[in-house]
Amino acid sequence: MLFGSGWGDLMDRSEIKICVLRIEGTNNEDEMYYAFKRLGASPELVHLKDLKDVFDYNCLMIPGGFSAGDYVRAGAIFASRIRAKIANDLHKFIDDGWPVGGICNGFQVLVELGVLPGFKRMDYPDACLFLNNSARFECRPTLLKHENKGKCVFTRNIPNGEIMLVPSAHGEGKLLLPRQKEKEYFDRLFENDQVVFRYVDKDGEYSGYPWNPNGSAHNIAGICNEAGNVFGMMPHPERAYFDKNKNGFSGMNLFESVLKYIEEK
Amino acid sequence: MIYLKVEIKVGLKEGITDPEGLNIKKSLKLLGFDSVESVEVKRSYVIEISGKDEKKIREDVDMMCKKLLINPVIHDYEVEMIK
Repeated sequence: MLFGSGWGDLMDRSEIKICVLRIEGTNNEDEMYYAFKRLGASPELVHLKDLKDVFDYNCLMIPGGFSAGDYVRAGAIFASRIRAKIANDLHKFIDDGWPVGGICNGFQVLVELGVLPGFKRMDYPDACLFLNNSARFECRPTLLKHENKGKCVFTRNIPNGEIMLVPSAHGEGKLLLPRQKEKEYFDRLFENDQVVFRYVDKDGEYSGYPWNPNGSAHNIAGICNEAGNVFGMMPHPERAYFDKNKNGFSGMNLFESVLKYIEEK
Repeated sequence: MIYLKVEIKVGLKEGITDPEGLNIKKSLKLLGFDSVESVEVKRSYVIEISGKDEKKIREDVDMMCKKLLINPVIHDYEVEMIK
């Protein structure tokens, strides 16, 4: 690719290596893989046991599914195994500004790892994605409003205020923050531009169930860290990659955003 | 070196809504158990472990809870040493 100010300024897209990390029970790795592959990047499906060095990659993605059978809590075992294997490297990877994304179960893993909301470095969770208020697995299309003002590197291609239809499929998606710091933390999320997606109804208003499938406070569906390079969301943009139903949104925009960020990094 | 059986009971912190418990309560009522006031779901882990002494084992158990078994945002836990 030749644009920008000259040779070498931009990374060639085919050189962008994406690590789609899996363990037993992840089940959305193929959609994630093809989302990046179709955009010309070089994704790899990597089992955590086979991961040699996270710095071999330009982006780390944790796919959806039911990692380790959701035993203990959704995402808890995957998170503890990542922590045991690459904790320090992961923090350095994040500090260096490389993007880390988690969708659905991947979001739960990032929260369990303590890297989201990521107000401070910690080795235990500072938030929780807890059982849906309905106590059911909620599986259907949901309307999301993109609310990020440009901090999140995964959604820079999506206009602020855009409403889109993205499938949700989760049993534990209600974002909870520590009760004693709840207000402070939510205020910080909004002030820092860390809120990325919120569930809305057909008129674009923040509504309760069923528009908000899990009962998340402030209808939050996706957040990023303070630097904007760690991002998690419950609904599945990789399952809506092509706008087959002509809803006016394709999940492609999300993956295109992060590739563009890496190219320009 | 001593060997112990330890039971760790993980439950929800006060004030955290328990959709699973509420759902079970509803089902019990539908079955005719009208006197059910509340249902609280707890998860119990029974772990066999060895260590220098009880104090060290207790410390290890606390670390296990912190690192995997609980999420401090929503959970409380109790530890019982079963000899």
